[in-house]
Amino acid sequence: MSMKKFSERSHEIPPKASVVLASNLEEEVFSEKFNGDVIKRFFSYVKPYKRQLIPALIAVIIFTITSISIPLIIKNVFDSTLSGDNNNTNLLYLFVAGFFVAIIFNFISNYLQEILVGRVAEHILFDMRTAMYEHLQSVSLSFMDKTESGKLMSRLQGDVAALQEFLHTAVFAIGDFVLIVGIIITMLWLDFRLGLLTMVVIPALLLIRIIWIPFARSAFLKARITSSIVSGALAENINGVRAVQGMTREYVNYDLFDLRAKENLRAALKASRIGVIMLPTVDSLSGIARGIVVIVGGIFVLNGEIETGVMVAFVLFIQRFFDPIRALTMHYSVLQRAMASGERIFEVIDVPVEMKDKENSIIMDDLDPSIEFNNVTFGYLPNQPILKNINFKIKPGETIALVGPTGSGKTSTTALVHRFYEIWEGEIKIGGVNIKDIKLQSLGNNVSMVLQEPFLFSGSILENIIYSTKNISFQKVVDAAKAVGVHDYIMELPDKYDTQLEQRGENLSIGQRQLISFARAIVRDSKIIILDEATANIDSYTEMQIQNALKVLLEGRTAMVIAHRLATIRGADKIIVLQNGEIIEQDTHENLIKNKGLYYSLSSLNYSSFDDIPNHIIQKITNSTSGT
Amino acid sequence: MIVKNQTISARPLKNNDSFKVFTRIIKMSFKYKWKLFFGISAIFLSTGFSLYIPLLLGNAVDAANNLLSSNSGEVSTINDSKNQLYFICFLLLISSIGRGTFSMIHVYFGESIGQHIGYELRMMYYEKLQRLSFSYHAGVHTGDLITRGILDVEGIRMFVQTAILRVIFLTSLIGTGTFLMITTNPVLGVISLSFVPFVAWKATTARLKLRSNWYALQDKLSVLTKTMDENLGGIRVVRAFSAEEFEMKKYQVISDEALKLSNEQVSIRSQSISQISTAFFISMGIVLLVGGRQVMSGSITPGELTQFLAFMSILLDPVRQIGLMINGFARGSASGGRLFAILDLEPNIHDEDGSKDVKVNKGSLEFRNVSFTYEGDNHETIHNVSFKINPGETLGIVGPPGSGKSTIAHLIPRFYDPSGGPILIDDIDIRNFTLESLRHAVCVVEQDTFMFTASIEHNIAYGNPWAPDDRVEKSTHHAQLAEYIERLPEKYKTLVGERGVSLSGGQRQRLSIARSVMMDPNIIIFDDSTAAIDAGTERKIREELKSLTSKTTTIIISHRLSSLMHANKILFLNRGRIVESGSHNELLELKGQYQDLYNLQNKARGKI
Ligand SMILES: Nc1ncnc2c1ncn2[C@@H]1O[C@H](COP(=O)(O)OP(=O)(O)OP(=O)(O)O)[C@@H](O)[C@H]1O
Ligand SMILES: Nc1ncnc2c1ncn2[C@@H]1O[C@H](COP(=O)(O)OP(=O)(O)OP(=O)(O)O)[C@@H](O)[C@H]1O
Ligand SMILES: [Mg+2]
Ligand SMILES: [Mg+2]
Repeated sequence: MSMKKFSERSHEIPPKASVVLASNLEEEVFSEKFNGDVIKRFFSYVKPYKRQLIPALIAVIIFTITSISIPLIIKNVFDSTLSGDNNNTNLLYLFVAGFFVAIIFNFISNYLQEILVGRVAEHILFDMRTAMYEHLQSVSLSFMDKTESGKLMSRLQGDVAALQEFLHTAVFAIGDFVLIVGIIITMLWLDFRLGLLTMVVIPALLLIRIIWIPFARSAFLKARITSSIVSGALAENINGVRAVQGMTREYVNYDLFDLRAKENLRAALKASRIGVIMLPTVDSLSGIARGIVVIVGGIFVLNGEIETGVMVAFVLFIQRFFDPIRALTMHYSVLQRAMASGERIFEVIDVPVEMKDKENSIIMDDLDPSIEFNNVTFGYLPNQPILKNINFKIKPGETIALVGPTGSGKTSTTALVHRFYEIWEGEIKIGGVNIKDIKLQSLGNNVSMVLQEPFLFSGSILENIIYSTKNISFQKVVDAAKAVGVHDYIMELPDKYDTQLEQRGENLSIGQRQLISFARAIVRDSKIIILDEATANIDSYTEMQIQNALKVLLEGRTAMVIAHRLATIRGADKIIVLQNGEIIEQDTHENLIKNKGLYYSLSSLNYSSFDDIPNHIIQKITNSTSGT
Repeated sequence: MIVKNQTISARPLKNNDSFKVFTRIIKMSFKYKWKLFFGISAIFLSTGFSLYIPLLLGNAVDAANNLLSSNSGEVSTINDSKNQLYFICFLLLISSIGRGTFSMIHVYFGESIGQHIGYELRMMYYEKLQRLSFSYHAGVHTGDLITRGILDVEGIRMFVQTAILRVIFLTSLIGTGTFLMITTNPVLGVISLSFVPFVAWKATTARLKLRSNWYALQDKLSVLTKTMDENLGGIRVVRAFSAEEFEMKKYQVISDEALKLSNEQVSIRSQSISQISTAFFISMGIVLLVGGRQVMSGSITPGELTQFLAFMSILLDPVRQIGLMINGFARGSASGGRLFAILDLEPNIHDEDGSKDVKVNKGSLEFRNVSFTYEGDNHETIHNVSFKINPGETLGIVGPPGSGKSTIAHLIPRFYDPSGGPILIDDIDIRNFTLESLRHAVCVVEQDTFMFTASIEHNIAYGNPWAPDDRVEKSTHHAQLAEYIERLPEKYKTLVGERGVSLSGGQRQRLSIARSVMMDPNIIIFDDSTAAIDAGTERKIREELKSLTSKTTTIIISHRLSSLMHANKILFLNRGRIVESGSHNELLELKGQYQDLYNLQNKARGKI
């Protein structure tokens, strides 16, 4: 391929470019949300598997015992049968038989510990991911607005995978731990002083570890965070690949990504250095301990305080004692790495859910579909109100139109009806009940929306139109598709309603996507329907057909319609004119005309669409009407 | 429109292929030959030290025994023994430190090679994904691609980190052990190695099973990622329909399937691990039995048998590790297969041989009988479309949804290649341009805008990141966005959330227009890019742009006729064919579909 290699490019980072914001955004979003004890939290996920873990623990203990006893049996074979001249064949057979029994136990316990611990580990991983995902379903939209899905993905997959490594080694760690406890007891029992002396280095080890932990923690966390930035950058680039190619940003992005990937590499290597530094530390300490035993033990033997046999035993045990400690140290790095991931997982789970159903929340099904805004003030960011003092009332079955220039707050108003965000001041009522008292789930069942940005899921057209609506007959789906005028097109497709859509419906044109998302909303038969520029990407002819179909469909339903075209607006029972987050005027079409106010002036102007009126004219009219 | 539910995982079912994957990974790691060399040397040294330590301890016991036996004897022997004890103590310390240090070196180099390869793979993957063409990206789910980028890169990295160094080490350890045992006592040697064929067989079958399990699991995790990714991307739809429970169910089904695969994996792994070490123990038992009888019959000494068993126990740990490593191998080959499947793809749209960086100076555009079919589709989406626009002129395109307007727009910067008919810019076939120069000359303001998680400024300067501040301000001014931005507390540094969530629909479109204007294209295509902008603002934008782009060839796709009435020529598109074309007045005189549309749009005005 003649495309220039990326590496041949100049690696100059342009001044106005960034690949996925640095971690500060992430820190801001998640800051101080989690400060609990990771291990304690982790155990709450282990608890449900107590029943499987008890046999697993027994298997681990049996395995450890058999693992120790196998070399002991061999030693006994020598001592009792082979070393002397007493060639006792039967004894040899007996020992070999014992050896095989030990092997069988070893085999069974080995298998059981692996499978039981392994399975519980997998269950825990899946549980944690599910907990995160489930939690994300209920956190507020304002949180989700601030968070990149790529980075969430890195927590949902990357961090869970990082935990997996830890859980896989958990079985060894448990075995090692059991071993250490056993050896400590034996050593103390054999000779208390020598036993204590051996363990003299343990406080030193603990001390070093206490110093080490904060460094390790921050290093491993940094490694995870940088890795999540890399994943986020990758995800964003995949999602926006069309924009990237369309604006030939490949080279710049490659360089920027390289920066991030290198940063991650450096962080990972640093974490790895901090992890492995514990190896020589533990080994040096164990060397010291061995030295102490050799010298002190030797002197004890010399003084006749202990028998040689005890010293031999000690020498053997000390070997066995430090190996699991060493192994645990290695696991400890893995554990610290896992803690970093665990922390990031719990951060997600701990994001507070701001919107919860109140106790005794009301089911909306029995309420009439009237909507009322009383002095509603709302904004996305503190101190920046987007909607100011909004007041209006929609009677059941009415259709109202929201009009106004771009950015005036139309979409935001509709979002509030569905309680996507909490308002700052005032109250919103549906059927006379404050929406804060209505069960969120029932709100969704009774308010259906066509969002300004059509979003479809991968899956068949049928699945997309039905989506989560329950008990829908195929005929109803067809009726909805007919109403929005997309049925004929669907029937032309080889697989008709079973045609598979790519993600976001990318194998449909935008207009077609909008029509399907329209059909998805009307199939629901809900009492309130919100259409946010539902026909913006559709030609006037199709739109007219939809308008005609809607007349029947909207019968008895309350509708809020955001639209540009006069044809849509004029049919409404009431028209609300928004500008800069304030209502300038609201009334029925006839009254507005009669009152000879703003709407009248606007309508009598010679523009094919309400929005065709230049701003300076609006300005003039606004000034003149506010004067009277 | 047909769906190509193509899964890209070209499954290496044959062992041969997984061999190729390994050689490829190993080749990559040979780039770090010094690290590899030092890492392996360090393994040998640390093993040497760890074998030396028990020897020293044994010596210590002997020395203590000496002390004891010479208790009554001369002072010099006591001192000798004491000195010996101190010396052993010193050696113990040294070898412990040596063991620790060399273990550290080998673990670190292993991880370092793994991390470096992970980094390389990530960069290669990123580069490849950026270059793969639209038709490829349309066919795969981003969730799948993200999973490969996160989990499969990790799988290979873990394999490199834990397996490569260790395999070399274990092979040499087992080789040495075998050699020692066979030379010490051929009969016992053969018996003690009788577990090898079983382990080899078990390792192979288990690895194959695990590999296909990993394949299935990673594929399932891809589906899981896809589900979660869509859920997070479509969060507003989910909330609007209160579909949280529905979504959880959808997720749970896939999650459970993945968990089942994971459990299967655990049981294959548990079986192979326990069977392999048991096989080893069984041969050890037989050695004990046969060796014990040999000792009794006097054909070998107890010392020989002891030595023999000592050699054998050196093998115990490596054998255990084989059990563990099988899984790493299986995962490595599955992940490698999945990742290389993408790294080996060649974008089907690329610079043609002999293409040049062409500087467009006039900007005429011509379609000559252009046809186009989407991959896997059974009929043409664009059929025999021909038109010509002179430099600086404006072309309008109208037509019902799905008539092919956006498709035409996407053919010009070669997001797709037409199946028939050339497209010419300045009378040069666009395939003679390098992609880079072509896409600099042609800019599409997309119908569905994509914003990046970055500041407003960086988003506007996306295609021209070296532009000075005043350029950015000028463009936002042209797109009627300046006033809004100036009102924001952080102005141009304000963050645009993912895909631009913190902007209103119209603001997003205006930002997208500003972004395109920044690129100074010779040909600019507005694909319904003012649908969410009120017509008043739109008119202002158009006026601003008129002076700026008087030399720019413009294509306007819109449903709002007032947006394109002024065009030099208007195409009415239906089902991929041009059904009417001409200027606004010419089309009205035709009294065809265009006129119907025009009347429909003006009815509202007339009726008041
Ligand atoms: N999630 C968000 N976070 C922060 N600000 C937002 C968010 N959504 C909208 N805004 C801001 O709120 C204001 C009103 O936006 P809204 O989407 O309600 O406008 P609109 O009337 O629907 O406009 P349009 O016709 O362009 O769609 C805009 O200035 C926008 O930038
Ligand atoms: N990636 C794709 N794969 C397969 N078919 C596609 C793809 N994109 C679009 N199509 C189909 O090609 C046809 C033309 O689509 P196109 O997007 O060009 O329509 P359009 O004229 O831009 O419509 P709209 O006004 O709705 O934007 C449609 O029938 C659509 O379903
Ligand atoms: Mg809006
Ligand atoms: Mg289109």
